[in-house]
Amino acid sequence: MFGYSMADIGNIMVMQGFSGLSMFTVLLLMALGLAIIFGQMGVINMAHGEFMTIGAYTTVMLSKVATTYGFVNYYFVFAIILAFILAFALGYFIEFIMIRHLYKRPLDTLLATWGLSLVMQQSFRSTFGAKEVSAELPEWMLGSFKPTPDIDIPINGVFVMILALLVTAGVYMFMYRSRWGLRVRATVQNRVMAGAVGINTQKVDRVTFALGCGIAGIAGAAFTTIASTGPTTGTLYIVDSFMVVVFGGAASLMGTIASAFGIAQAQSILQFFMTSSMGKVSTLLVIVGILMMKPEGLFASKLRK
Amino acid sequence: MSNLNRRNFMRVGGALAAALLSAGILTNTAFAADTSTAKVMTTGLAVTDTTVKVGILHSATGTMAISETGSIQAEKLAIEQINAMGGILGRKIEVIQEDGASDWPTFAEKAKKLLASDKVAAVMGCWTSASRKAALPVFEKENGLLFYPTFYEGLEQSKNVFYTGQEATQQILAGLDWIAKEKKAKTFYLIGSDYIWPRTSMKIARKHIEQHLHGSVVGEEYIALGDTQFGSVINKIKLKKPDVIYAAVVGGSNVAWFKQLNAAGLNSTKQTMLTISVTEDEVLGIGGENLAGFYSAMKYFQSQDNPENKKFVTAFKAKYGEKSVIGDVTQAAYLGPWLYKAAVERAGSFDVDKVQAALPGYVFKDAPEGSVTVEKNHHLTTKLRIGQWGKDGQAKVVYTSGYIKPDPFPKGYQ
Repeated sequence: MFGYSMADIGNIMVMQGFSGLSMFTVLLLMALGLAIIFGQMGVINMAHGEFMTIGAYTTVMLSKVATTYGFVNYYFVFAIILAFILAFALGYFIEFIMIRHLYKRPLDTLLATWGLSLVMQQSFRSTFGAKEVSAELPEWMLGSFKPTPDIDIPINGVFVMILALLVTAGVYMFMYRSRWGLRVRATVQNRVMAGAVGINTQKVDRVTFALGCGIAGIAGAAFTTIASTGPTTGTLYIVDSFMVVVFGGAASLMGTIASAFGIAQAQSILQFFMTSSMGKVSTLLVIVGILMMKPEGLFASKLRK
Repeated sequence: MSNLNRRNFMRVGGALAAALLSAGILTNTAFAADTSTAKVMTTGLAVTDTTVKVGILHSATGTMAISETGSIQAEKLAIEQINAMGGILGRKIEVIQEDGASDWPTFAEKAKKLLASDKVAAVMGCWTSASRKAALPVFEKENGLLFYPTFYEGLEQSKNVFYTGQEATQQILAGLDWIAKEKKAKTFYLIGSDYIWPRTSMKIARKHIEQHLHGSVVGEEYIALGDTQFGSVINKIKLKKPDVIYAAVVGGSNVAWFKQLNAAGLNSTKQTMLTISVTEDEVLGIGGENLAGFYSAMKYFQSQDNPENKKFVTAFKAKYGEKSVIGDVTQAAYLGPWLYKAAVERAGSFDVDKVQAALPGYVFKDAPEGSVTVEKNHHLTTKLRIGQWGKDGQAKVVYTSGYIKPDPFPKGYQ
């Protein structure tokens, strides 16, 4: 077939399948935090990418400490936890001083968080310098895993994949199996009623926003293994994140997962058979087409307040 | 000559002139061979008896700050060194720095401000082609002088601009010749970011590969700026098994490209790659371990061990810290102020028309990269070097070409 041997084509199909799955988990991790905030609170967080950057810089900084004190092999676990804590704390604070004053004005939150993203970018630049930096990766995370001599499975891809699945499972447990999640969902369905039965809706909002930001922090930490860390790193991810959330429909976790999977597979396959830019364009066209028929996204909620 | 002396001289000279004028015997020779301001500047530029204003116009904020910071640093270092030597024609350089903020119309606006209201004698600035194209009409209208440091796609020549980086053919042709000979390469995979510089460069590369090297291009691919997912592209490369990947990926994508390539098992032991978009600056973000063994084609590498470069690297590190690195463009930016100084001294004047006429033909022997010559087309004749990256983020120069004349409008490559 086309002058390639069957073995070659088989190997490529395995690797291409993995690359599609890998892209799926990357998109999922990117969009999860945004989906929680947008879906549960109706707030469009334009600074989502910058919360990822916080996670990325946390990892880079910690990797420097780790090289000095010789725990490079397992610092990544701490980096992820620390990235979550820092991004969560900042999200909590931002909600308190900014977001909560703008809940009834969605367009203003858009503008305010966009402004926030610019402020954060410049703060990164002033603090860490304009140049891109790279986290020292542990030896075991470099290179590839080879089930056969001709198949390479990137280890960092596997790592991101496992992390994305863990985080998604965690969010699911939080939203649908915990008291906190119950309160969040109650507030989404009927804010006034939830308040009337004694749920502190302000606190729910604050924790939800902070949680979304915290997950963005985790995503940022994970992406240091596959991409760059610089003051404007967040802008590389923000468009894809929005695409996943809008396409999936704001309401449910399932929507985000399905949308990330669909977009990743479409893009991965199209980019293989077309050029990279054309693959992306075609994917976007399909999304636009589907959104014209289903403006609410794939999984629309039937109850929105 | 101290300032006071010159002032006294001026005063006395002025009085003498008045006296001679009243006597009706003033001749042109009265002020010959001096460097009084009236003599060296006749076009209203910001030149006084003791100072000359020069603009720096780069992005200190926004996306491009990553790349342009190094250029700002190099230009300031050169200006500081020139001032320590006594300045230009006895005048210290005063820097007026403006921020283009990674926004192309802003470059035009700030260029206008520098030229029309600050009246700077020259500007060191612009980095991306887009910013240069935006500012160019302003420089031509106001008759300003721009020193532009970045290697770029060519297809441009303006009497108001000196290009201190390489144009495309200087960077591409010799590099391809070397890799075709050295690695016996026949098949090439071209990959670049999707904008004018990589597209023009790849067009030239493809013509050269097909017509002169009799090789074939097995894939040509452009990645949207900022894209960070390379899985499918890498699989395509694995299927096509090219002898050489020829890459011009920039910005955040560049880092993702190398990290993912390495993670997919395509490291330098299995794949030859020549890039035209990786300098020491980019390596900071990519990480030496992801690049080790791959090649870059540039006119300058920090590791060059000629005495001029050692002096430059030492001075740069003394000013900006031991960990700072110097890439190709940073070195090219460093040339700007020095070339300007030489041009003014050759012209004996700060007037733009005289300066731009005086610079072509000048040989700058002490450039860190080695001697360069300014050509009539305002580009430099330089050498091309191939560097092989090591884990420490420094490149070992494995090949140095002869001098290559700049050819911004290459025939047969368009």
